[in-house]
Amino acid sequence: MTEPALDLKNQKAEFRKKVEELLPNGNLNLCFTCGTCAGGCPATGLENMDPRKFVRMVALGLDDEVLSTPWVWMCSMCMRCNYACPMNVDIAGMVGLARQAWPRDQRPKGIVNSCDMALKHDTCSAMGASEEDFQFVVEDVLEEVRETQPGWEDLQAPVNKEGAYYYLNQNSREPVTEPDEMVPLWKILHLAGADWTYGTKGWGAENYCMFAQDLEAWEHIVRVKAKAVEDLGCKVWLNTE
Amino acid sequence: MYAVRAGLKKFNIPYNFEIKSIIQLYAQWIREGKLKVNSDWNKDLKVKFTVQDPCQLVRKSFGDPVADELRFVVKAVVGEENFIDMTPNKSNNYCCGGGGGYLQSGYTEARHHYGQIKFNQIKNTGATYCIAPCHNCHSQIHDLNDHFDGGYYTVHLWTLICLSLGILGENERAYLGPDLAELGL
Repeated sequence: MTEPALDLKNQKAEFRKKVEELLPNGNLNLCFTCGTCAGGCPATGLENMDPRKFVRMVALGLDDEVLSTPWVWMCSMCMRCNYACPMNVDIAGMVGLARQAWPRDQRPKGIVNSCDMALKHDTCSAMGASEEDFQFVVEDVLEEVRETQPGWEDLQAPVNKEGAYYYLNQNSREPVTEPDEMVPLWKILHLAGADWTYGTKGWGAENYCMFAQDLEAWEHIVRVKAKAVEDLGCKVWLNTE
Repeated sequence: MYAVRAGLKKFNIPYNFEIKSIIQLYAQWIREGKLKVNSDWNKDLKVKFTVQDPCQLVRKSFGDPVADELRFVVKAVVGEENFIDMTPNKSNNYCCGGGGGYLQSGYTEARHHYGQIKFNQIKNTGATYCIAPCHNCHSQIHDLNDHFDGGYYTVHLWTLICLSLGILGENERAYLGPDLAELGL
């Protein structure tokens, strides 16, 4: 007797019900197993998984496997599978729901910690930089450029300038670990004559709470950022990337 | 960018501002003549560049139009003949493997395995520099070079714009290779 390819003794399908409820446009049942998703996914093969297998396991109700595989954290949620899928199956959405099903304290610590750090201050910085730290670094770097780089005595890096047209955010990496990398951006904005500002609140461009799939924290971060832009009366939320 | 756009929608948060990538503005400002970039610095050097399409910006947000804007900026700055695209590209490009929290997840071996595709794509262009206009892409592509001993450099777009404008300061060159480290100083 050969082993059956699939052991369906443990069919639970609770997760499938959740997918059908929370992703009403997820098209789980339209998957015709063509494998286009798996063929174009860099995570194919990791943990002996791929997007096609993952969708099959969801459809077959293999909840134990679906909810225990660390593969959902080895997917970068890049959505190339969704983009390529001829039936518009929301594969990445299912990966997101599987991430949510992990108890928070068992999710990858690095992602959860980055989310927690962002909740510490209204800056939303995943590296935990405070409002004062950010303003200090910006002003310090600006002063140095004005003093040491001829022709840039008038360079600006406004903070909390009410009514500025652009609200520029900034990944924490620059102010925290390589502040000189902000200067080229400021020079470009200066030459373009852009009316812009940073805000001490909400400037952190990154958001690991989404990747941690902590929905409450994700929503909190987005609300803080949106309020920061609106409180300064800015017209455009401008991302550096 | 994507987390804010998707979050505003998912949680039904009302807002009254526009959401833009500065890459769209770089292109606009070059067209308007506000950023007088040119590629003369690279006419004789012929340093080759490729560019990564960040998933969050291209496939997950503004699609091929923003990927075209990105290429318009890059070509204006390094010279059209010195730009070599990856295959596949734009909305079909592969993720570098730095997104989704991967860099923070602790699954380093898996992340390198995942990134092998991106590494091969970059090496197949033959370019000396990969422009990575996203922080996660920049970190991952930089790390892939270290891990697989790629021999290429990973740079931010703002570095090259300022280099082509002749305004890149001495302390703003951390990611340039020795061939460009002192250019225009």
